[in-house]
Amino acid sequence: MPKAVDIRICMGTGGIAAGASAVLERFEEELSSTGVGASVRENCSRHNVGCRGFCARDVLVDVILDGERTTYQYIKPDMVQRIVEEHIVSGNPVEDWVVTDDYHNFHEKQVKVVLSDCGEVDPEDINSYKSRGGYKAVESVIGSKTPEDVIEMIKSSGLRGRGGAGFPTGLKWEFARKPESDQKYIICNADEGDPGAFMDRSIIEGNPHSVIEGMTIGAYCIGADKGYVYIRAEYPLAVKRLRIALEQAKEAGYLGENILGSGFSFNIKVKLGAGAFVCGEETALIASIEGQRGMPRAKPPFPAQQGLWGKPTVINNVETFSNVPYIVTKGPDWFSSFGTEKSKGTKVFALTGKIRNTGLIEVPMGMSLKEIIYDIGGGMERGEFKAVQTGGPSGGCIPKDMIDINVDFESLAKVGSIVGSGGMVVLDDTDCMVNIAKFFLEFTQRESCGKCTPCRVGTKRLLEILDRVTEGKGKSGDIELLLTLGQDIKDSSLCGLGQTAPNPILSTIKYFRDEYEAHINEKRCPAAVCKAMLTYTILEDACKGCTLCAKACPSDAISGEKKKPHVIDQGLCVKCGACFDTCKFKAVHKE
Amino acid sequence: MADRINITIDGEKVNVDGGLTVLQAARRSGFHIPTLCDDDRLKPYGGCRLCLVSIEGIPRPVTACTTPVTDGMVVETSNDHIERLRRTIVELLLSDHPNDCMTCDRAGDCTLQELAYFYGLRDNRFWGERRRYEDDDLNPFIKRDMEKCVLCGKCVRVCREVQGVGAIEISYRGFGAKVCPPYERDLNCEFCGQCVSLCPTGALSGKQWSGKGREKDVKKIKTVCPYCGCGCNLTLHVSRNEVIRVSSEPDTINEGWLCPKGRFGYEFIKSPDLLKSPLIRKNGKLEEVTWDEALKFVSEKLGSIKEKYGPDAIGGLSSARCTNEENYLFQKFIRAGIGTNNVDHCARL
Amino acid sequence: MQEALDRVIEKYRLEEGSVISLLQDIQEEFGYIPEDSVSYVSDRTGIPQSSFYGVATFYAQFYLKPRGKNIITACCGTACHVKGAERVISRIRRELELTDGEDTTQDGLFTVEDVACVGACSIAPVVIVNKEVHGKVSATQLLKEINNLKKETDA
Repeated sequence: MPKAVDIRICMGTGGIAAGASAVLERFEEELSSTGVGASVRENCSRHNVGCRGFCARDVLVDVILDGERTTYQYIKPDMVQRIVEEHIVSGNPVEDWVVTDDYHNFHEKQVKVVLSDCGEVDPEDINSYKSRGGYKAVESVIGSKTPEDVIEMIKSSGLRGRGGAGFPTGLKWEFARKPESDQKYIICNADEGDPGAFMDRSIIEGNPHSVIEGMTIGAYCIGADKGYVYIRAEYPLAVKRLRIALEQAKEAGYLGENILGSGFSFNIKVKLGAGAFVCGEETALIASIEGQRGMPRAKPPFPAQQGLWGKPTVINNVETFSNVPYIVTKGPDWFSSFGTEKSKGTKVFALTGKIRNTGLIEVPMGMSLKEIIYDIGGGMERGEFKAVQTGGPSGGCIPKDMIDINVDFESLAKVGSIVGSGGMVVLDDTDCMVNIAKFFLEFTQRESCGKCTPCRVGTKRLLEILDRVTEGKGKSGDIELLLTLGQDIKDSSLCGLGQTAPNPILSTIKYFRDEYEAHINEKRCPAAVCKAMLTYTILEDACKGCTLCAKACPSDAISGEKKKPHVIDQGLCVKCGACFDTCKFKAVHKE
Repeated sequence: MADRINITIDGEKVNVDGGLTVLQAARRSGFHIPTLCDDDRLKPYGGCRLCLVSIEGIPRPVTACTTPVTDGMVVETSNDHIERLRRTIVELLLSDHPNDCMTCDRAGDCTLQELAYFYGLRDNRFWGERRRYEDDDLNPFIKRDMEKCVLCGKCVRVCREVQGVGAIEISYRGFGAKVCPPYERDLNCEFCGQCVSLCPTGALSGKQWSGKGREKDVKKIKTVCPYCGCGCNLTLHVSRNEVIRVSSEPDTINEGWLCPKGRFGYEFIKSPDLLKSPLIRKNGKLEEVTWDEALKFVSEKLGSIKEKYGPDAIGGLSSARCTNEENYLFQKFIRAGIGTNNVDHCARL
Repeated sequence: MQEALDRVIEKYRLEEGSVISLLQDIQEEFGYIPEDSVSYVSDRTGIPQSSFYGVATFYAQFYLKPRGKNIITACCGTACHVKGAERVISRIRRELELTDGEDTTQDGLFTVEDVACVGACSIAPVVIVNKEVHGKVSATQLLKEINNLKKETDA
């Protein structure tokens, strides 16, 4: 019988969606009601841990027997009994379900700073964070170091904002420290709105205390006594864990009045976003906290001079704050030993799309795209690698022949994309680049606040041109019009949303102009994605006459006798793709 | 007042008040920068993006209306790049506009039309969906044609910042953004019409102005509002010998703001009920008489009342619509002439 | 209704800029933002009704009409998009006979809506049915779920 059993179940949003709660329950049942002896149960601690990144393998379960860790993947509730019986009771791990080599490869090349404790600590237990060195940074700073010293430390670490713009964090804090004011604010931007990004959610779900600790240090530096976390209401689990963490931090004396007897007081409030992407922009975020429509305002004055309620305000994103305690405890030199000359440290990316290992990864700045995709991501899922979209709706696409590019602020900007908040969507040969550009533009156009003309009307017109192109109604000159209008919108919009909205179009035209030309000149979608240009046909040889497609067809366009090849009436076909999805014999062809 | 500073605009050195925005400084120094959303009396907004200028040392164009001047600043109000952006912005606005200037009341007095003229925009590179709003606002005074709205937000801001009411707000967002009263009900406010006075296009106008004449037909006559003691300056717009509209200039004592009576209550001028001579009731019927007869009648009556009941039986109530001098004379007449202190004035309320 | 609204108003009485919080609580209480509630809260707080309407129509999270008994939320993030979310959504919309611009069924049983990325991209496409996150969904799977929900309400 093992002396100490520790079971860790990945309970991020991904894990829970894969059924982690049921797995946890089963463990509890099995351990209490089956033949497992009482001694095991008493020694057994079951932690919920946050996301450790590899959500594609959920539910992931760690069983640690006397310090020896075994990780299981794809665990379903009905598998729990066997794990308990064979592994926990008898000491023989269930080899069939243990993670394979690619699980280790996924983690091997990563360097974890921000995520170092995610998946290890129980996010709902402050002591779990403290046992791994948590709140040591606050203890070492408050009362012992001057704010100026700490700002200097952050500056020398080279930390730059992880929310997208990459502004040096130490400098931002210095700007906000300078003005004399009876009141200053510090805000954590957790309004992670980029489609395809979930770094901030995972950090808050996995290790909320690191964010709180980073904010407290920031507040100490600029002299703020009030803080806000502006978080998306779409992240209920993160909100819940954050609230628990705030409560615990207050109880433990790391928040509230007179922190650690230093005379410094700091409180954090949670503000729930109400669903507007533009509120990720700092002045819009301020307007939203003030209870208004989230419309940005022109800078200057910058929030560091006049922010929330007109007072000096620092806004950093989740990942930025989460880096701070690690920089303070391990030193700025340690932090700046990772990364490139201008982009220091690590960056968390949400690696998704047509790649084998999707999930959350943290790599040193400057790692090559190739290493990320092939070594960590395990290569393509099925198709052939075509491009990577980085930076979400503000970013761009990096084509296949640039796969050796280093991923850092400067290198990506040079090729017309951005690091952004860290979305990384891998695309393969079945993805249409015009459609991808359209997808992002649809998003930004819908999220435009409507305050300034170029973004309000301009993105609408851009989208309409793209619509026409993907519907086979494009005409010559459209590409040039997209380029000039796109550039004008970038140059004349009020805020970052409009200034970057055309990027997905501009970068796809730059690298995939031939696809645009095929749509416009040949009325053809090379990747067979754009509906209006598609034709679905049934391959006579492959069709078994199972009638499934005919049943699925919403417009009764498919006919044929049972067990005989079916046909699609092109006049009736609405090109929904239902037949393509239902056919089990790959008999439906699209081009 | 901030210190005066030196800046350079389009190569010309100018000395300006340091508390100004670039737009204010340029205007006061005689440079023209186009805008739709700016008004000196409102807080800077930065929405229309037409006032983009180049400032040395700042990599991208910035809006003149939101950027404060700093000492030594070098501003360029126009260059190829900026004109290209402005032109695109105007084209975009026109691509979502009814472009029905031939029947619009504001033709000749419309900022958008001027811009289209200036940039020679006969053709438009952009086309697509246009906002369509069918519903008619049944309020008595203000015509709201939101298809012509350019979302400059001046109406919303004046209603909040100046009038302190907040009857309207920009609702929805993006291309669907729309200025409207809550729940898109009919406008139900004080109808001061400040919003109408600031609208740069034909989106807001007076219902009673419709079809009465446009800018080129109008003779403007400055006068003072007859309604109350505030004495707001009015500009009467006269066409075919009829007052068809009332406005007020920003550089007046009332800064161009008016109340509903001053702005919309001018129709009495041509009312057939308007009194043109004094009336005296004779045998139960009011009859027109001469001023001499009327004054004689009043003085006789006042004299007889005073004699019979004493001066305190008489009181005088004066009007805010009279000048100070007239009011002075009136109280003098009541106090010294009649001999009572029973005198009051409606503007005291 | 009044009692609930008074409670909400009291909660934010001392807070500046509480329009969003007030609306969030009103919606929590009633499931949407009834017009009457806005006039009432506006009267009591002195905040113009137009501010509430402007904010409520700006943020995607507020609903001005009652929503269906069951809420099906489809993520329309990038990962879900490239993994075919659109086809899944149009299939269920068709099943529920929702026409363009409509998102709640006639019988008030279902509301189908999309949401900006829920951040569960690893398990795309993602659909949330009554707050429960379903990863790697297919249309068939969802249709089954919808039928189950229909049966539950019938029972």
